[in-house]
Amino acid sequence: MNGLLAAVHYNTWILTTLLALPLAGVAVLALQSRAAAGADAAAKMEIARRTALALFVVEAALSVGLWWSLDYSSIEWQAAVTLPWIPAWGIHYKIGVDGIAVVLILLTTFLMPLTVLGSWTGIREKPFAFYAMLLLMTTGMLGVFVALDLALFYVFWELMLIPMYLIIGMWGGSRRVYASIKFFLFTMLGSLLMLVAILYVAFKTGGASGVPVFDYDLLASSAAYPAQAALWLFGAFFVAFAVKVPMWPLHTWLPDAHVEAPTGGSVVLASIMLKMGTFGFIRFALPLFPSAASDPAVRTVMVTLAVIGIVYGALVSMVQPDFKKLVAYSSVSHLGFVMLGLFAFTTQGMQGAVMVNLNHGISTGALFLLIGMLYERRHTRLFDEFGGIARVMPMYAVALSIVAFSSMGLPGTNGFVGEFLVLIGAFRTVPVATTIATTVVIIAAVYLLWMVQRVIYNPLARRENAVLHDLNWREVGLLVPLVIGIFWLGIYPAPILNRTHAAANRVIERVGGVPEVNPTELTVRQ
Amino acid sequence: MQEAHPLAETAARFIWWLPTLPLIGFLINGALALAATAKPGPADPSADHGHDQSTGPSHAASDSHAHGDDAHPPRHRFARAVSVVGPGVMVLAFGLALAIFAVMRGAEMHAPYINTLFSWMPVGDLQLDAALQLDQLSMVMVLVITGIGMLIHLFSIGYMQDDPGYARFFAYLNLFVFSMLLLVLGANMVVTFVGWEGVGLCSYLLIGFWFTEKANADAGKKAFVVNRIGDFGFMVAMFMLFANLGTLNYVDIAARAGQFAPGGALVTTICLFMLLGCFGKSAQIPLYTWLPDAMAGPTPVSALIHAATMVTAGVYLVARTSMLFSIAPVASLTVALVGAVTALFAATIGLKQWDIKKVLAYSTVSQLGYMFVGVGVGAYTAGVFHLVTHAFFKALLFLGSGSVIFAMHRAYHAIHNHSDDAQDMRNMGGMKRYMPVTWVVMWVATLAIAGIPPFAGFFSKDEILGQVFARAHGSTLASATYLGVSGATVLYAIWILALAAALLTAIYMTRMMLYTFHGPNRTGDGAQSHLAEAPWIMTGPLVVLAILSAFGGWLNLPETVTEMIPLGPTAVLEHWLEPVVGGATERIAAGSAHTAASTEQVLLGVAIAIAVAGIALAWTRLRPSSLVPKPLAEPSTGFQKVLENKWYVDEIYDVSVVKPVYATSRGVLWKFFDVGVIDTLFANGSAALARFLGWVGSQVQSGQLGTYAWLLVIGAVLVIRAFAQAGG
Repeated sequence: MNGLLAAVHYNTWILTTLLALPLAGVAVLALQSRAAAGADAAAKMEIARRTALALFVVEAALSVGLWWSLDYSSIEWQAAVTLPWIPAWGIHYKIGVDGIAVVLILLTTFLMPLTVLGSWTGIREKPFAFYAMLLLMTTGMLGVFVALDLALFYVFWELMLIPMYLIIGMWGGSRRVYASIKFFLFTMLGSLLMLVAILYVAFKTGGASGVPVFDYDLLASSAAYPAQAALWLFGAFFVAFAVKVPMWPLHTWLPDAHVEAPTGGSVVLASIMLKMGTFGFIRFALPLFPSAASDPAVRTVMVTLAVIGIVYGALVSMVQPDFKKLVAYSSVSHLGFVMLGLFAFTTQGMQGAVMVNLNHGISTGALFLLIGMLYERRHTRLFDEFGGIARVMPMYAVALSIVAFSSMGLPGTNGFVGEFLVLIGAFRTVPVATTIATTVVIIAAVYLLWMVQRVIYNPLARRENAVLHDLNWREVGLLVPLVIGIFWLGIYPAPILNRTHAAANRVIERVGGVPEVNPTELTVRQ
Repeated sequence: MQEAHPLAETAARFIWWLPTLPLIGFLINGALALAATAKPGPADPSADHGHDQSTGPSHAASDSHAHGDDAHPPRHRFARAVSVVGPGVMVLAFGLALAIFAVMRGAEMHAPYINTLFSWMPVGDLQLDAALQLDQLSMVMVLVITGIGMLIHLFSIGYMQDDPGYARFFAYLNLFVFSMLLLVLGANMVVTFVGWEGVGLCSYLLIGFWFTEKANADAGKKAFVVNRIGDFGFMVAMFMLFANLGTLNYVDIAARAGQFAPGGALVTTICLFMLLGCFGKSAQIPLYTWLPDAMAGPTPVSALIHAATMVTAGVYLVARTSMLFSIAPVASLTVALVGAVTALFAATIGLKQWDIKKVLAYSTVSQLGYMFVGVGVGAYTAGVFHLVTHAFFKALLFLGSGSVIFAMHRAYHAIHNHSDDAQDMRNMGGMKRYMPVTWVVMWVATLAIAGIPPFAGFFSKDEILGQVFARAHGSTLASATYLGVSGATVLYAIWILALAAALLTAIYMTRMMLYTFHGPNRTGDGAQSHLAEAPWIMTGPLVVLAILSAFGGWLNLPETVTEMIPLGPTAVLEHWLEPVVGGATERIAAGSAHTAASTEQVLLGVAIAIAVAGIALAWTRLRPSSLVPKPLAEPSTGFQKVLENKWYVDEIYDVSVVKPVYATSRGVLWKFFDVGVIDTLFANGSAALARFLGWVGSQVQSGQLGTYAWLLVIGAVLVIRAFAQAGG
C-alpha cells in the first residue's frame, strides 16, 4: 500500500485535492441545477443526492491513504504544502497534518457520505442548494484541520460557518430563524475576537519588518508577547473555540440549533463542527499561548468550566422531553470530557480527548441519524409520542441500543476508551475535578437508559407507532459502518492511539506538561 | 520472559476460547433473533405513512404478546437451532474448563498464567493489554460460571419454550456468560471492568426482557443505574491505583502493594472506593435496592445472574484484590460490618414477603452479606467457599421456584385466569402433591441454606462464623481501631449479627417451603387440576444441583469435623486457593491464637442449634392452613407492615435523592439558568445589538447576512490599519 501511495506522490496532492474536490462539486451541482431547471421535484432530488453521494464517496476513498502514507511518529508536518498566497501580507497557502488532524479528517470524510444517505429522503426542497452547502462546509471543515497559516485558517473557519447558518435557516424546523440567528451571533462573537487576536499576533511578530507573520510554525516557536498580552490573546481564542465546543455557559445556542436543523445539519454540526472548537484548542490556543494556557489560574478556570459542563449537560439532558434536545445537551457533557482531558496536560488525558472527539463524532452522529429516521416516520421528536417500538422496529431498537451504550461509555464500545483515558489521565493532575466528572457515568446511564426506554420499550400504546415500518436497507446500510466503528474503536483502538501519540505529546511538551512516551519508542530511541 | 510457565503449552493456552464460545453463541442467537423478527421497511420511510394501517407489521406486534398472555404463540422459528447453540456453547465451555482444571491440578503453579491477546490501550506509561489471567481463584469461578451456567441454560430450554423472544433470551444469556468469564479472567482491572459492566448490561437486558411492561423496563434501568453508582467507585479506585502504583495489572499491583503504608489513608481510600463498586454489584447496603426489583426478569435469569454468579462479583473482587484489603484493616472491617448488617437487614425483610421470588431475592442479599463477612475478616477461602455453595443451593432454589411458577402459569393459563399472581405464595400451598421432585430438591436446598449438616451451606456458613470468632481473638483487624471502637468489639458484633441472620434465614426459608409446598392448595378449583411437575429438561438440572447442594460441603471440610468423623480430605479448597489468597489471609490473621478444638466444637454446636431452632420455630408457629389469597387477606399493621414494605427504603431514596435531583435539573439548571439567565443575557442581549447593527447596516446595504459580511470586512480593515500604524 505504501509503495503504491509513494509512487503516485500521494502526500504531495492529497490534502489540496481533498479541499478542492468539494468546491468542484459545488460547481457541478450548480450546473446540474441549471440543466434540471424544468424537471419535477423528485427528479431534482434524485440527481442532487446521487451527485453528492458520488462526490463524497470519492472524497472518502481518496482520504483513506492518509492512514498509511504518513509518518506518525515524526514531529514534522505530514503531507505538507507551502505556496505563497499574498506575500506582501505574509499570507501563505500552508497546509499539513499530524496524527490528530488525520483522525479528524478521516472522521469527516467518512461521515459525509453517511450524512448524504441520512438526508436521502428527508431533503425535498432545494436539494441542489442543500448538498452544495454540505460540500462547501466540507472544504471549510477540512481546511480548519489542515491550515498552518492563521489567515488561511480563519478563511476556512468562516467558510464552514455560513453554510451551516443557511442549512439551519433554510431547511430547519418552525423556529429556524431564531435558531440560525442565535447560532450565527454566538459563533460570530467569538470569531471576531479571534480575528483581532490573530491580527495582533501577526503584526506583533512581524515587528519592524512591517510584514505580518501568519505562519503557524513561526508563531508557535516565537511567542514574543508579554505574559499579560498572551492572556488576552488566549482569551480571545478561548471565546471563539469555547462557543464552538461548546463550553458551559456558552452552550445555549446548541440545543436550539440542533432541534431546528434538519438531520444532515445536526449530524455535521455535532459530529464534526463541534470538534473545531476542541481542535482549535489543541492546534492553536495551547501551542500559540503556552504561558497563558499553563497559567494555574487559567487552568483552574478551564478545568472548572469543563467539569461544570460535564455535570450540567448530563443533568439537563436528564429532563428533556425532546429526543434531539436530550442528545444536544449530552454533547455539552461529552465535549466537557474533551476539555478536561486537554487541560490535564498528561498523555492519557490528551490522547483520551482525541478519542472522545472521535467517539462523539461517531456516536452522536449515529444518534442524530437515528432520530432523523424516526422523525421521518412520525414527524415528532417528543418522547411522549413513542414507546414500545422495539416490537415493530427490532433493527432500529438494536441500533439505538448499541449507540446509546456507546454514548454512555460502556466498555467494549468506543465511548469507554475515550472517557477512561481522559479520566485516568486527568486524575493524575486534577484528581478532585476528575472525581466529580466521574459521577457522570451514573447520570449518563440515567438519561440514556431513560431515552432508550421511552422510545423502544414500555407498552406499544399508540396506534401510529404500531404501524411503523422497520429500517429499510439504505438506513441499515448507513448505520452499519457506524456500528462497526463503535466496536472497532472500543476493542482495538491501538492503531488510532499510536497515530495520535506523538502529536499529543508535542502539545503537552509545549505547554510544560510531562509527556509519557510509549515504551516501544523508548527502545527505538536508545 | 523468564522460564516458561508450567501451564504454557497445555490446554490452558486455549483459555481465550472460554469467553469466545459464549460470544459465538451470542452472535448466532442474536442473528437468529433478528432474522426471525426483522422486516426491512420501504425505501422511502415516509412514503406510505398513515395510509396503510391494516397491513404491515402491526399484526405481528399485536400477536406476540408478552409472557403470560392468553394466546399460545407458535414456537420460535429457529427454536431448534437456538436450543442447540445456546446451551451447546455452554457444554463446550464447561468441558474446556474441566480440561484446563485437570491440567492445573497436575501442575505446580505459584504464579498466575497470563495469556496476552493484544495491546488494547497503549498510551505512554499506561500499557493496557487485553489479557487473561488464570489462577486457582479464577479457575473456581470459571467452573461455577460454566457449570451452573450450563445447567441453567438447559433448564431454560423448558422454561422459555413458549416465549416469542426465545432466541433473544439465549443470546442475552450467552452474552452474560461471556462477560462474566471476562470479569473473572481479566488480568488487569480494566479487563475485569469490561466484564463487570458487561454483566450489568446483560442484567439490564434480561430484567427488562419483557420490555413492554413498564415495570420491567423500570426495574432493568434501576439495576443498571444503581450498579453504575458502584462502577463510579470502581473507576475512581482504578484511577487512584494507577496514579500511585502506575499499573492496573493484578500481578504488578501485588508486587507493588508494599509501596503503600499498611493501614494508611491512601490504601484505605482506594479500598473503600472499590468497595462501593462491590456493594453495587453484590447488592449490599446501601445499594441493594435494585436486586429485589430485578426479579422482574425470567426466573432462570434470577438463578444465574441474580443469585449464582454476577452478584458474587463483588465478593470475587475483594478476594482478587486481597493484597490491598489485607493492608487496609479499616476497609476490611467495613466490608465485614456492612456484610453482617446487610445479612440481618435483608433477612428481616425476607420474613414478610409473599412473592416467592422476592423471598429468595432478599435471601440472596442476605447471603451475599455473609460472603462479605467472610472476605472482610480476611477469611477469603471461607468467603469463596460460601460463594460456591450458595451458587449451588440458591440456583437450585430459584430454578425450583421457577418450576413452581411455570406450573402455576400453565394452570392459570389453562383456565384463562389472568388476574391471579402466579408468584404469590398465598395462591400456592400443597404443591408437594403435584410436583414431588421439585418439592424434594427444594427441601434439600432449604436445609443447605439454613445450615443443617451435612448439607453444603452448613460447612461454608460455619466456616465464616468460626473465622469471625477467631479473628476477634487476635488479628490485625482486632487490634485496629474502627471509628473509635476496637476492632475486636466490631468483630464480636459482626459475629452476633451473623448468628441472628442465620436464625432468621432458617425461619423465612421454612416459611417459604411451608406456604408453597405444604398445607392445603389455594390455587383455585379449576386451576388445581392443571398443576403438574415440569418436564425432565427442567427437573434434570434441579436434581444435579440438589446433589451439589447436598455434598458441596466436601469441597472444604473443616478439621474439627474430620477429626471427629472421617468424612474425607480436609480443607481442599483452602489448599487450592492458598497460592492466591494465602499471603493476604496470613497478613490479616497475624497474631491470632489457634482456636481450641473444644471451642470450635461449641461454636459448631451453636450454629446447628440456631438453624434447627429457626426451622422448628417456623414449623410450629406458622399455619399454612390459615392463609388466604391476597384480596381476602387483612392488611398488616405495625412492624409487620414496615417489613412488608421493605423498611420503606425505596421511598426514602426517592424522596431524598431521586426527586430533588430531577427537580433541580429541570427547575433550576434548565428552565431557570439555561433558558432564563444565559439566553436572556447573551442571546437576547446580542439580538438587541444585532438589531441595532442591522439597522445601521440597512442604511448601507440590505439583507442581514450582507451586513455582517460588510461589518466583518470593515472591522478587519480598521484593525489592520490600527496595528500597521502602531507597528510601523
